[in-house]
Amino acid sequence: MSEPRALPALLEEWEPVIGLEVHVQLATQSKIFSPSSTEFGAPPNSLTDPLVLGLPGTLPSFNQAVLQHALKLGVATSSQIRAKSRFARKHYFYPDLPKGYQISQFDEPLCENGHLDVIIGGGLKRVKLQRIHLEEDAGKTTHVGQTSHVDLNRAGVPLVEVVTAPEIGSAAEAGEFMRSLHRLVRWLEISEADMEKGQLRCDANVSVRLRGEDRLGTRAELKNINSFRFVEHAIEHEIVRQIRILESGGRIIRETRLWDADRGQSAPMRSKEEANDYRYLPDPDLPPLVVDGQIMGTILRTLPELPSVRFDRYQKLHGISPDDARTLVSERALADYFDAAVAAHPSERGGRMIANWMLTELLGALHASATPVARSPVAPATLAALVVLVENGTISGKIGKDVFEESYRTGDAPAAIIERRGLQQISDTGALWEIINRVVGANPKQAEAYTVGGKDGLFGFFVGQVMKETQGRANPVITSDLLHKRLGR
Amino acid sequence: MTTDEGHEGAGDAGMSALTRTEVEEIAVLARLHLEPAELERMEHELTSILTYFTALAEVDTAGVPAMTHAVPMDLRLRADVALPSLPQDTALASAPRRDGALIVVPSSITPGRTEPGA
Amino acid sequence: MTSEYWSVADTARRIAAGETTALAVTEATLARIAIVDGTLGAYLALDGDGARAQAAEIDRLRASNAALPPLAGVPIALKDVLVTRGLATTAGSKILEGWIPPYDAHVVERLRAAGAVVIGKVNCDEFAMGSSTENSAYKPTRNPWNLTRVPGGSSGGSSAAVAAGLCAASLGTDTGGSIRQPAAFCGVVGLKPTYGRVSRWGVVAFASSLDQVGPLTRNVGDAALVLQAIAGFDPRDSTSLDAPVPAFADALTGDVAGLRIGLPQEFFEAMDEDVRVAVSSAVAALVERGAVTVDLSLPHTKLALPAYYLVAPAEASSNLARFDGVRYGQRAAATDLADMYARTRGAGFGPEVKRRIMLGTYALRAGHYDAFYKKAQQIRTLIKRDFDKAFRYCDVILTPTTPTVAFPFGAKANPVDMYLADVFTLSCNLAGLPGLSVPCGLSGDGLPIGAQLLGKPLDEATLLRAGGVIEGAVGLGERRPTGLATLVPSPRPARITKPGHAAPGGDL
Repeated sequence: MSEPRALPALLEEWEPVIGLEVHVQLATQSKIFSPSSTEFGAPPNSLTDPLVLGLPGTLPSFNQAVLQHALKLGVATSSQIRAKSRFARKHYFYPDLPKGYQISQFDEPLCENGHLDVIIGGGLKRVKLQRIHLEEDAGKTTHVGQTSHVDLNRAGVPLVEVVTAPEIGSAAEAGEFMRSLHRLVRWLEISEADMEKGQLRCDANVSVRLRGEDRLGTRAELKNINSFRFVEHAIEHEIVRQIRILESGGRIIRETRLWDADRGQSAPMRSKEEANDYRYLPDPDLPPLVVDGQIMGTILRTLPELPSVRFDRYQKLHGISPDDARTLVSERALADYFDAAVAAHPSERGGRMIANWMLTELLGALHASATPVARSPVAPATLAALVVLVENGTISGKIGKDVFEESYRTGDAPAAIIERRGLQQISDTGALWEIINRVVGANPKQAEAYTVGGKDGLFGFFVGQVMKETQGRANPVITSDLLHKRLGR
Repeated sequence: MTTDEGHEGAGDAGMSALTRTEVEEIAVLARLHLEPAELERMEHELTSILTYFTALAEVDTAGVPAMTHAVPMDLRLRADVALPSLPQDTALASAPRRDGALIVVPSSITPGRTEPGA
Repeated sequence: MTSEYWSVADTARRIAAGETTALAVTEATLARIAIVDGTLGAYLALDGDGARAQAAEIDRLRASNAALPPLAGVPIALKDVLVTRGLATTAGSKILEGWIPPYDAHVVERLRAAGAVVIGKVNCDEFAMGSSTENSAYKPTRNPWNLTRVPGGSSGGSSAAVAAGLCAASLGTDTGGSIRQPAAFCGVVGLKPTYGRVSRWGVVAFASSLDQVGPLTRNVGDAALVLQAIAGFDPRDSTSLDAPVPAFADALTGDVAGLRIGLPQEFFEAMDEDVRVAVSSAVAALVERGAVTVDLSLPHTKLALPAYYLVAPAEASSNLARFDGVRYGQRAAATDLADMYARTRGAGFGPEVKRRIMLGTYALRAGHYDAFYKKAQQIRTLIKRDFDKAFRYCDVILTPTTPTVAFPFGAKANPVDMYLADVFTLSCNLAGLPGLSVPCGLSGDGLPIGAQLLGKPLDEATLLRAGGVIEGAVGLGERRPTGLATLVPSPRPARITKPGHAAPGGDL
């Protein structure tokens, strides 16, 4: 029996087809259909009200913040927004589904046919979205021996469900999609999207087909994926599983499989009944949800510039590398910082330098002190000012790092620090020539070894001596230039 | 959507004779345990009720909107303010079985959640 | 007349005037219940202590010369599908046996704010599904006019209690006629408001797009007063109408000159002769006072019954999915979850409820939705259009409330026969219109007959106006149900009156 081929080899012949269904918990004060709190981590069953408990006689009332959040996402994904969308009851029996149905959307969802631009490699890939719709979350059930324990705190928390078209082509792309969506919802401030807290959940529909085939293969649904890493692992595992079955002449069963992260494998969920017949019913308790010009106007006016747009702009306008651009847009606060610093910079060409300083000095300091960008002790304008001082030669880059560190620590302005510590760069050729003469004169042996003996490494020694004499303030370019002249080569 | 069970096809309102199997399937969907005598009765009663609906099939409703709400209105929006919840004890007071602050039910045969959402 | 048959208006007036006390009225009501209700079976739960406390509070207010709210001291019974905080609520079902709600329905809050005294919860068909109250899981209620007959349903406990003087008024619910039909059977007034006029918050849902809460009272004026207390916008109910609430009592002018009364031919085909005669007298009474009749047709009337029996069970199957033994109510023993659900619901629901859940589940199954539920919703639009067209030619529509008088227990064993009892009342719910039943005569064997008035959306005022005229001309006046005559023991219950006032005469 030959060795099973590894995934890359298999992928030459087989094409994975992946569609994702992602649930995002929206960040609101109260639940989608009732006014009890959405607070995380409260004692079990302490965030309920008669509707959350599914008591007889209760009725839903709709939280306007949910609409606003969902619309931001709809607009940010260029979706078609339905002027009148409807809620539908999706029926099934489960202990943490108090009404015996989930209020969701079926026939007439809020958003359709949008897309999400996913940053992959150096560019953007557009993943089509079939729909984005509103629904309520269920409570939590944990299994303890022969019983299940139910906490309804989470029941009724608002969710949007984002469904992609089945056109994601690899596990890596799926992972990137999740990261992009994670970033976007945090960018729009509509969700914290912490996967560990269950605020971002991913179900994956995976099938494979021979490359060149038109028809889709039978798909399996993967659930219980709760980190970005697992998204890729689980999908990869499933792709391999399916290919092996098909290659050995078997058939893929249309089923739901639970990912077991500890074991690194999935297992089918054995269900007692066959297909899910949700018996969708337009919810008679909720009239149609109308989105009018006024609501849309506010959303459009207040929508921030999107990460993918900035990703593009940073590269085109500021000449920033794709990798650096990607880092800058990983977080809205970082991108906002960059934009503010660029705006504070007198010329239009400060972008690259500012980016460099941000990605090295600023991020380094922030991580070391576990400070979020929004609370950076060095403000964007301050960083811009520092960059200007380096650019115009007032200080060298090396001294600049020093000044940054002190400004970060003390909050003092760079100009003040430079003034106080006398850190101005020495660029005066006359002064430098004098110093160089002194240094070379004091080290005749090394000078000869360099000039006549060809020992190239000694150049650094002389540079170092000049720096020592000037406390690092000698302009490195001019120094180097003059040294070459003085030493003869 | 994961499920492709939805409002597919136009079915026929005249499918009025229910089979015993269908009755059993519906009882399972509705989580109703019916004794054999009940199932028997249900088969007859439902079939006789369903014959009434053939009258509906004969009416031409092309282009007639479905009346989802008796009085046309838009959904009202509620301000996003969290109000006090029921005290934990009140919420749990009616639960037939509890363990501390959690409601207890027997487990299903299936491990994990059989339905979407979490 | 002893206090038991005082109208709502009279009760409130006398208490406000200090002629009697709220506590006296409450005690008299409770005493009468103790004598009569063992046989009648209207009440499922009495809140004697609560009622006395509420009454005492009203009396304290009166004594301090503070202004009294409009229904101060009026004893009210609530259909057991209305959720009451701290007071058992069963919806007539075993599955909710023992459930004590932690909140009050909106209408209950409003009644309390109006000063009414809640005496207790009255019987109904299980989850409001039925037309005779025989489907109550607890007991049948008897018609006070003839104890071998049903009081109607599903608000049979309400109609019987009001007719028998066991409260001044009751709140019932009406999904397909469940206020109007029992009102007709028991010779009382029953009003179903326009859909959305009264909040459904705290009403155990049967069919969400059809359910409405309304009053059952002994006269039309009282219906106006009680409706006033409960109508109006409630943000907790997303189907609640934010429409101005008129002063309903102002509608009772007695003036019907020029009022156009629509008589739809489809409602005058098959009915008992006694019913035909009584309803004709109601029409004649209006015409004598200047109203004009307009013959018209509501062509899709025959479709109302199948449409209703698709929409209502479908919505019911959805609304009743929450009864699963997990968080409240009864739970059957089982070691497996699916088993627990099935046994809890199998044992907890009665046959009619199970039938409708099965029907509704069937109608909503994948592949059936278009042909059944959606079709029925389209029929509703056609029915509504019939009414819209009719109301261009008339101001109010008059029909019999029911084709027969109250039938004997067990007479409608075949479910479909029972469904046919609602044939005149269903269209009104499907179209969301207001409807009123007002007594207009007695049959040859002494059973009440009701005339039904159907109005334009939000036009309860015209119903009350026309209903008041019918009542004045051909109503039952001071006639009381004769079925209770055998129940009164020799000593009459003590009547508390102010010194110097002669106790008015009267019997049960």
